Amino acid sequence: MRWRIAVWFVLPAFLLYTLFTVYPLLSALANSFWRWQGTARGEFAGADNFTSLFTTFPLNQQLWPALWHTMAFFAGTMLVQNTVGLLIAVLLVELPVARRLLRTVYTVPYLIGGLVVGYLWSLLLSPVFGPVNASLRAVGLDSLARAWLGDPATALPVVILVNAWQYLGFPILLFGAALAGLAPEYTEAAKVDGANARQRFLRVTLPLLLPAIGVVSILTFIGSMNTFELVYSLEGAQGNQPTGPGGATDVLGLIFYRVAFQEGGSNAIGQSSALAVLLFAATFAVAVVANWLIRRREITLT
Amino acid sequence: MRWGRFAGYAMLWAYAAVALAPIVVMLLNSLRPNTEVLSEPLRLPATLDFSSYATAWSEASFSSYVRNSLVVTISAVALDVAVSLPAAYVLGRYRLRAGGMLTAYFLAGLMLPVRLGILPVFYLLGTLNLVDSRLGLVLVYASSGVPFSVFIMAAFFRGLPRELQDAARIDGAGELRIFSRVMVPLVKPAIATVVVFRFVPLWNDFFFPLVLMRTTGRYTLPVGLTQFFGEFQTNWSALFAGLVIAALPLIVLFVVATKQIVEGLTAGMGR
Repeated sequence: MRWRIAVWFVLPAFLLYTLFTVYPLLSALANSFWRWQGTARGEFAGADNFTSLFTTFPLNQQLWPALWHTMAFFAGTMLVQNTVGLLIAVLLVELPVARRLLRTVYTVPYLIGGLVVGYLWSLLLSPVFGPVNASLRAVGLDSLARAWLGDPATALPVVILVNAWQYLGFPILLFGAALAGLAPEYTEAAKVDGANARQRFLRVTLPLLLPAIGVVSILTFIGSMNTFELVYSLEGAQGNQPTGPGGATDVLGLIFYRVAFQEGGSNAIGQSSALAVLLFAATFAVAVVANWLIRRREITLT
Repeated sequence: MRWGRFAGYAMLWAYAAVALAPIVVMLLNSLRPNTEVLSEPLRLPATLDFSSYATAWSEASFSSYVRNSLVVTISAVALDVAVSLPAAYVLGRYRLRAGGMLTAYFLAGLMLPVRLGILPVFYLLGTLNLVDSRLGLVLVYASSGVPFSVFIMAAFFRGLPRELQDAARIDGAGELRIFSRVMVPLVKPAIATVVVFRFVPLWNDFFFPLVLMRTTGRYTLPVGLTQFFGEFQTNWSALFAGLVIAALPLIVLFVVATKQIVEGLTAGMGR
């Protein structure tokens, strides 16, 4: 194909992608190094916007807790995915009856999206009229019924569990695809050597699944860094709807929204751009390092 | 061994119940009158009462939210596919000068969190006079889908046998004709995967319309839902009905296109 024709094939995609995806992200990067007065650019600020994230009120008191909550979000979700999710994926491979139906059922919460899931659970978990407390009372566990989303002690764990509930279908699908791709010779050879089912899983299948577990971990990490809708719909933008847990469920995605559109003050553009750059750099660095570790591990295996 | 199988199936169905129970409660409570939902949160509907759907649909303008969501999502996916398909064709099938760099440039987008650029997007749309406009949303959405679409479709084009375009060229067909008559029909499965798989996150997206849309009449479902939850706080039956309306198209889509969704989710895994 001639170069001149090829250009016309690629150009529309190139322009659309460059203008509305690449250019905004590059300008966010540039904006983070300048001081802003509303929408007017002031003098060059160097790293000031970055340091001010950690020194100006109220951000200096919100950012570190939000980072810990985000990490707890990641760790808690991972814990559920790599235990319950992996168990279900392995069982699904072994047990054929109604496999496709079950897989579909597991994936439905994932598809309906964070906002709908959040609003749904905010109704289910409501202190007075909520079905969750009603079922606890119905079986005599009245003492357990509580304001799940309003109590700072339970709010974050509950939000994490709801997130895990929503996303579990995704690792089940990924682990399922990875398990289906494994050559049966490995486990059969181990069987011939006299390994029992547990040994075969722990010594053969699990190491071969590590790349898939790694991919799920990276995607979960990226997802956790971007969490916004679920927390917004469960707890409101300020973490205080309707009678919220204060900042107990603030995550980085929510802080970014608040700095950019609610609390940023006159330098909102500078500060929120700096936060965006930090978030992206952290996400990217972790993803690259994790990916490298997985690759290295993969080579030593084969 | 038989007990092991029994326990295994028991676990699979137990988790299926966990996954589905909240959705069933949502559906059942949307079909009961509100007073009953509040006094008895866990009951089967005595008779099917669709009045909450009528409330959500007309009183709370869900009719307009659904229409906006359909228009925006379908247009964005269509534009995304229309521009990505020829680009993926060239990048997947021809060795070009700078072709490798271009591919890397597009694929880098798979790693870029578009929403972190929200402020520049906002001001860019401001200069184009496209804030609070469905067209602005369509452009941003279509753009954010280009990397995934190019990635999936280029891989598919790459897998097609080379003889096809040689044969067509010998028959005297021009590039445009080879592309539209020979190649595009062959990558229909990849197009289906992209369409289905891009539809879901765009339908669900809340962040961009939350920032970009101002007029209630132009709200897409997720922002409409937020407004609705503020206004109808005490009408739980209607709230459940609103959630069903927002979720239903996706559940229908999934039942129709399970294969494409599973393929999109597991792209690059296994063999």
